[in-house]
Formats: sequence, C-alpha cells, structure tokens
Amino acid sequence: MIALALPAQDSGTFTPPGIEELHLPAIIPWGAAEGFSKQMLLVILSVVIIATFFVIAARKQQLVPGKLQFAGEAAYSFVRNGIAKDIIGGRDFMKYVPLLFSLFFFILVNNIYGAIPLIQLPTFSHVGGAYVMAAIVYVTWIAIGIKRNGLKYFKLATVPSGVPFYILPIVVPIEIISNFLVRPVTHSLRLFATMLAGHLIVMISGAGIEFLVMQENVLLKGASVLVLGGAIAMYMLEALIMVLQAYVFTLLTAIYIEGALHADSH
Amino acid sequence: MNQAIISAATEGGTNPLVPNPWEMLVVFAGFALLMFIVVKYVVPMFEKTFAERAEAIEGGIAKAEKAQAEASAALEEYKQQLTEARTEANRIREEARAEGAQILAELKEKAAAESARITAQAHTQIESERQAAVVSLRAEVGTLATTLASRIVGEALSDDARSARVVDRFLADLENQNAGVAK
Repeated sequence: MIALALPAQDSGTFTPPGIEELHLPAIIPWGAAEGFSKQMLLVILSVVIIATFFVIAARKQQLVPGKLQFAGEAAYSFVRNGIAKDIIGGRDFMKYVPLLFSLFFFILVNNIYGAIPLIQLPTFSHVGGAYVMAAIVYVTWIAIGIKRNGLKYFKLATVPSGVPFYILPIVVPIEIISNFLVRPVTHSLRLFATMLAGHLIVMISGAGIEFLVMQENVLLKGASVLVLGGAIAMYMLEALIMVLQAYVFTLLTAIYIEGALHADSH
Repeated sequence: MNQAIISAATEGGTNPLVPNPWEMLVVFAGFALLMFIVVKYVVPMFEKTFAERAEAIEGGIAKAEKAQAEASAALEEYKQQLTEARTEANRIREEARAEGAQILAELKEKAAAESARITAQAHTQIESERQAAVVSLRAEVGTLATTLASRIVGEALSDDARSARVVDRFLADLENQNAGVAK
C-alpha cells in the first residue's frame, strides 16, 4: 500500500499518478506556491465559451429559430422548464432561472473539460471552486428564506410541524445539522469528489496502459489492451458523471431554493 | 497504514480538501461575470423571443378564428341572399302567372263582348234592311200587282165599263196608299 502512495524507485514497480498530478505547475507563477494555474485559465475560458455561445444564439431572436438559436433555446429551456419551473414552479421561478442557468452551464463546461483531450482537467477536481459554488448557493437560499419568511424562517426550517413535542429535542438538532451544516458540505464535496475520483481513474488507466506497454513480457504488453478497454469504459462513465453532477448540483440548488420559499408548508 | 497514506498526501502539501484561495477567487469572479452576462443579456433575450413567439402563435390563432368567423358570416349572408332570391323568383313567377290568367280572362271577356256587339249590329242591320225591303216591296208590289193584274185581266177590262170602274177604284186605293207611304 505504501508503494501506491509513495513514488517507487525501481522501474519494475507500477507507480500510479496521485493527487499531486492534479496540481500542475503554474502557468504564470507568483508568490511561493500559488500562481496562475491551469484551472484558473479554464475557468476564464469557460465563461468566455458559455457567454459567447448563448449571446450569439440568443441575439437573433427569430420567431423561427435557426440551428444555433434552436440549440441555445433548447439548452436554456432545459434549465428554465426542466429544473426551475418543475422544481420551484409557481409565479416566481423566473427570478431564479438566471442563477440556475449560470450554475448548470458553468459547472457543465468546467466538468466536460475533463473529457476533452489536451484540456483533460475538470476544474472542480480542485476543491476551491466547489466550495465557492456551494457557498454561493448556501448564502442564496438562506437569504431567500429570510426574505420570504423573516427570521421566523429558521424556526420553520428546523422545527418540523406535526411532530410531537417530546421528539423535538432530537429532531431539531438533526434538522439544524442536516440543513445548515451538512448541506453545503455535501453539496460542494459531491461535485469535487466525483470530479477528482473520475479524473484520477482516467489518469491511472492511462498510466497503467503506458506501464504495461513498456513491459518486456509480451503477455503483460497484451494485457494493456484490456486496460485500454476498461479505460474507455471509465472515460464514458466519467463523461456521463460530469453531465450528471452538473445536473445534480443545479437540481439540488433548485430544491434548496424551493424549500426556502415554501418553508411554511414543509 | 491509512495514517501513512494521509501523511504522505498531506506532506506533499496536497491535501485535496484544502482550497487554493486564488482559485476560489478566480472561480467566484468568473461565475459573477457569467451571472452578470446571463442576467443582463442571455435570459432577457431568450425570454423576449419566447414571449414574441407565444404572442405570434396566439395572434395567429386569433387571426385564423377571425377569418373563420368572417367566412361563416359571409356564407350565412350568401345563403340568406340565395333564399331571398329564390323567394323573389317564385313570387315573380306567381305574379306573372296570375297576370297572365287575368289578361287571358280580360281578353276572353273582351272577345265575348265584341262578338255580342257584332251580333247585335248584324241583327240591327238585318232588321233595318228587312224594313227597307218591306218598304220598297210595299212600293213596288202595287205596281207589279197592277201590272200583273192588268195583263191577266187586260182583255176583259177594255171591254166593259164595269172594269173601268174597278181599275179606277184600285188606282185610287193605290194612290191613297202611296200618299200614306209618302207621308
């Protein structure tokens, strides 16, 4: 086990890539360890990609859309109707469409980076970005809850109605922990961990193939084909998870906002 | 063993749960910029298009309904006009028939009157002619009778004086009669 974590000295042993590989050397270094990293570049690139695509797609505003406009409208409608309208519903879902829309496509593009050759690095395999996204959502839904229900919101969110009073001492702490402490942590770590793990698996598969191909033994060389098959399958699974996690993150955001809006009926 | 892995991971300064603050800043700034663009441009443009499209579709439906209503109103009007025209034609035909019958009756009546008039005139004429014939006969009968009688009895009359008196009296009668006619 130690050999897996520590770089092995002899070439006969397989040395899998570790978490260190996710921290590429800074493109423009400054300070001691920090610098302008690949992740930062990718984040900026993602904003450019999303903004350019949707502004161009939405700009024409034709009643009968062209291909690009249709694609943009389909993507926009997916978040607007598929997530915001379905989950939040009612009259006021439109207010939260911009947030959900931005969240979904920002996370989606930054995840999909991991499946694109040469870029091959999901931004949220670094936990910082995931913390920021979850924090934005956390602040947002609490603000919505307070704005809608006043300070009574915290009572509504933590004291479920219809529960016998003698169970309340148990239920209330659980509600506080699950809603206000665990929720943002799981929200961010779910995204981060899936991206990190997926990226690690793809990296390890790649390194494994390379290692086996370099072996003298023909059988071991041949075994690399099996690993390649597995690597492709893992790559596909990872691509699916990248899309799925963007959807899950956005869906959960919509659910949290809905919960804050209608705290009195929960 | 786990301890060893964790320590190995953390010793390298790569505890995956410790964020890089600069990256957090970049992600936050990037997302804020994206939100701004989305709120300011993308969502309004898409919503405007959707609203326009919905309006266009609803407007189209309303327009089609209006056209439909107009068409059925026109059809109704045409039907009514057709019915009116048919009624009118029937009425005219009935009138013509009645008028024809009336004209026929009048003509018959007129013809009957005319024929009656002609008949009456003929009767009158015949009567007057007969009257004239009677008058002229009466004038001539005496002469003829006398002539005839004188031829028949001429021999005897020349002989005796008695016949001379008969002739005289007859002539006197004739003269009286002629004088009566001349009166």
